[in-house]
Amino acid sequence: MSIKKALLTTAVGFGLSAGIAANAMAEEITIATVNNADMITMQELAPAWEEATGNTINWVVLEENVLRQRTTTDIATGGGSFDIMFIGAYETPIWGAKGWLTPLNDFAEDADYDLEDVFPLVRNGLSADGNLYALPLYSETSFTFYRTDLFEAAGIEAPTSQPTYEEFAEMAAKLHDPENGIYGTCQRGKAGWGENMAFVGTVANAFGADWFDMDWNPQLDSPEWNAAVTYYVDLMTNSGPPGASANGHNENRALFKDGKCATWVDATSAAGDVRNPETSSVADTTDFFQAPQQVTDKGTGWFWSWALAIPASSQKTDTAKEFLKWATSKEYFEAVGEAKGWVAVPSGTRKSVEEDARRLEAAPFAETIVEAILSVNPADPTRDPVPYTGVQFVAIPEFQGIGNYVGQQVAAALAGQSTVEEALANSQKFAVREMTKAGYIK
Amino acid sequence: MATKASRSSARLMIAPAVILLLGWMIIPLAMTLYFSFLRYNLLQPGDNPFVGWENYYWFFTDPSFSAAMWNTLVLVGGVLTITTLGGICFALLLDRPMFGQGIIRIMVIAPFFVMPTVSGLVWKNMFMNPVNGIFGKIASGLGFQPIDFFGQYPMASIIFIVSWMWLPFATLILLTALQSLDQEQLEAAEMDGANWLNRFWYMMLPHLGRAITVVILIQTIFLLSIFAEILVTTNGGPGVATTNLTYLIYVSSLLQFDVGIGSAGGVVAIILANIVAFFLMRMIGKNLDA
Amino acid sequence: MARAVTNKTKVWNTVTSGTLGFLMFFPILWILVLSFKTEEDAIRAPLEVLFASDWTMDSFAAVQARSDYFKHFMNSVIISVGSTLVGLLIAIPAAWAMAFVPAKRTKDVLMWMLSTKMLPPVGVLIPIYLIFRDLGILDSRIGLTFVLMMINLPIIIWMLYTYFKEIPGEILEAARMDGASLREEVIYVLTPMAIPGMASTVLLCIILAWNEAFWTLNLTAANAAPLTAFIASYSSPEGLFYAKLSAASIMAIAPILIMGWFSQKQLVRGLTFGAVK
Repeated sequence: MSIKKALLTTAVGFGLSAGIAANAMAEEITIATVNNADMITMQELAPAWEEATGNTINWVVLEENVLRQRTTTDIATGGGSFDIMFIGAYETPIWGAKGWLTPLNDFAEDADYDLEDVFPLVRNGLSADGNLYALPLYSETSFTFYRTDLFEAAGIEAPTSQPTYEEFAEMAAKLHDPENGIYGTCQRGKAGWGENMAFVGTVANAFGADWFDMDWNPQLDSPEWNAAVTYYVDLMTNSGPPGASANGHNENRALFKDGKCATWVDATSAAGDVRNPETSSVADTTDFFQAPQQVTDKGTGWFWSWALAIPASSQKTDTAKEFLKWATSKEYFEAVGEAKGWVAVPSGTRKSVEEDARRLEAAPFAETIVEAILSVNPADPTRDPVPYTGVQFVAIPEFQGIGNYVGQQVAAALAGQSTVEEALANSQKFAVREMTKAGYIK
Repeated sequence: MATKASRSSARLMIAPAVILLLGWMIIPLAMTLYFSFLRYNLLQPGDNPFVGWENYYWFFTDPSFSAAMWNTLVLVGGVLTITTLGGICFALLLDRPMFGQGIIRIMVIAPFFVMPTVSGLVWKNMFMNPVNGIFGKIASGLGFQPIDFFGQYPMASIIFIVSWMWLPFATLILLTALQSLDQEQLEAAEMDGANWLNRFWYMMLPHLGRAITVVILIQTIFLLSIFAEILVTTNGGPGVATTNLTYLIYVSSLLQFDVGIGSAGGVVAIILANIVAFFLMRMIGKNLDA
Repeated sequence: MARAVTNKTKVWNTVTSGTLGFLMFFPILWILVLSFKTEEDAIRAPLEVLFASDWTMDSFAAVQARSDYFKHFMNSVIISVGSTLVGLLIAIPAAWAMAFVPAKRTKDVLMWMLSTKMLPPVGVLIPIYLIFRDLGILDSRIGLTFVLMMINLPIIIWMLYTYFKEIPGEILEAARMDGASLREEVIYVLTPMAIPGMASTVLLCIILAWNEAFWTLNLTAANAAPLTAFIASYSSPEGLFYAKLSAASIMAIAPILIMGWFSQKQLVRGLTFGAVK
């Protein structure tokens, strides 16, 4: 430990690039990660790996939007600042296909690692052209969190099968009690393709809308989109918390855990945290049902995974791979279970973990989640046929820009700064512009 | 008095600064200019063909462009107005005899030392958040509907946060200027029967003229490129309500990774900044020579 | 003759100005309070936070466990002090020359220098990023020091220029008569007279460099990341985070706040930009 420290200090002290350290036995790797609970747990457990291997880790912890911007700049310019990045199901196939990521196919031959144990749906989502480019930490779909105590008090039966959004709005309205600090529903309102558009995208799917037709013409001015966004704005205005247009996943999670929300449609990966008595005040009074449908049940729950990848520009591929192997191994999940309780284990990636008796005992809802995740089909996300894959996103590089812009417009409509019609008209104009620029449409 | 020798050595002494600044300006500017004529998206690596004025066309026809221009103007104008007027008031108040002037002055200037990211985050979460923020708590405690600041009054909120940081700066400079005013002259005027308003209008304000120009100049330089406060609070929204020119360029070049269009925007912003600079410089140059 | 001020007026003045000062300072005071609370207590009603909850150092410990404060702190110190000192080294001769050997174009050059500060940094990030990548100085203190030095250089030159101009030329001439060389003139005559001005220039530039959040965030990863990057990970973590955000904020701003307080006399004296004759 002290030798490592000394090495590190001298290298930094002389202002040398870390490349020098590569000659030594121990290496120093830099990991860019997002500041959410599972990643912070990993950061807490990582010293065990550092001790075992003699390597050191520099953690760069950033907020999701900043992380995405930093990692994309770095990887696209070949900056080489990071050896490992946390990226999602959207970036991985796109970046992999461009040759920006190191293929991880050799993990398939590692019997200890047992890649077959990772759900095929998740593996496929992190592959491009038959190559695996990232290893998943957790995967998620969306479903409805609800407060059993509040439902009971209001005399509402929790749905046992998939409800419609109409029914959902009625429930939320009945549960809404702002005087006592209880809001009928909390949903994402913060602009961003990975924030509000993740939820709004699934609502749009439920209302029969889609992003593009088979010729890549944007469809944001369709009546289906209008119905979906109008529904969303009405729902939030009538039964949502104040300031909803600033709330993203993290803000809503905090509100829900603090007992302020009666319902919340969001990521299954938050379930462990919400049901964990150590971190949540509503652990005993929260249960789940499917995310609602409307005219169709296709694409009503999103699909996402957070995964670790190695940029092609990294100089320390071997050490990075070693870390990847540790951080997504069965042993790692076991370690989280021991340290943080099995309810807090990252979910939705490994079959063996989800079937572990300790997991099932601590998190009886785990089975429901896995079932929900495996039922998502990103290749067939909408009522009408579309040329793209992805439920709450469209797996093309241009989507990020379009999704962010539409997200901003929807947020403006939610905040009452513009009407739904204006917001969608602007969005359509923007999407047409972007798709023209990129050469999809003339 | 300047001899030939001292003039050439003077040149030599200015040279490093000029060369560095010229390089700092020209090299990125030239690259930006060059990129602005290419189709260059970081997410689509390829041969980056020359596309002429296409990027400028896309930038100017961006539906957010006119809003961004307007927002930039409102933001800079709003903060300048608040800080200059507020700064004058603060300076007048602090210039009076009082106990513990040092402590009070420290408290007033403290916000200037706070990093913009921190002040944005603190105001957004601890104060303006309608559920858990202190304003929201007070409002609901008194039985009012809490105000959703960033949803309802996004631009006003940003102006408020930025002003909180720059008001101390304006106060400091104006206070220093005020303290250099000849007290005897003021007292003489008072003896002659000039009331406070007259003394303020005919003696103090003209004396503050130069300080006010300096405040406006320095602040404009910083306010034109306000970024961190917007990034951590509203992300330019809702809609484009708080997107200024800097943020719009950020969106093009770092969120859509369209370096071509981002560069075109950068060139436009540089030209605009120089126009503003030109007028400001004339104004201040005149004032500073006097 | 100074006007007699009654104690009553003085008290009244103290109360009004004190209220003002308190209001301006309150946000900083409040995060200081919250940083010593637990997350659950930090979101309670303001009066309960103050009087009905315990004080704890837990948040500071939690923040320190997540990212090494000392490393970021050292980076901030090295980068902001370094950039200011290097900038001073380049600016002193330039400002001297402009103040004492003015040419026809001096004013224009000065104004042009200032106008380079108006370049929107976002517009040139990608070019700079590419250059830095090719030079291998991404995520290095040297690279950041250079960038911040360039950003503050115009301000430094301008401030020094205005101080130098206030120094009467006769003194310099007298020194010259006594046979002082240019170097001696700058070191022994000019510099001592300009010390107050230089002190406030240094202070202001350190503050500006310390708080700069665009370049420091975009050009660093781990090795050179200063406190602005340290705070960037607290912008919206999952769950309750007011106490941790407060603790991190206090840790990030405290050094510069304390420095500012101790040196406020110097800062105030010189922060005039030639506005006071």
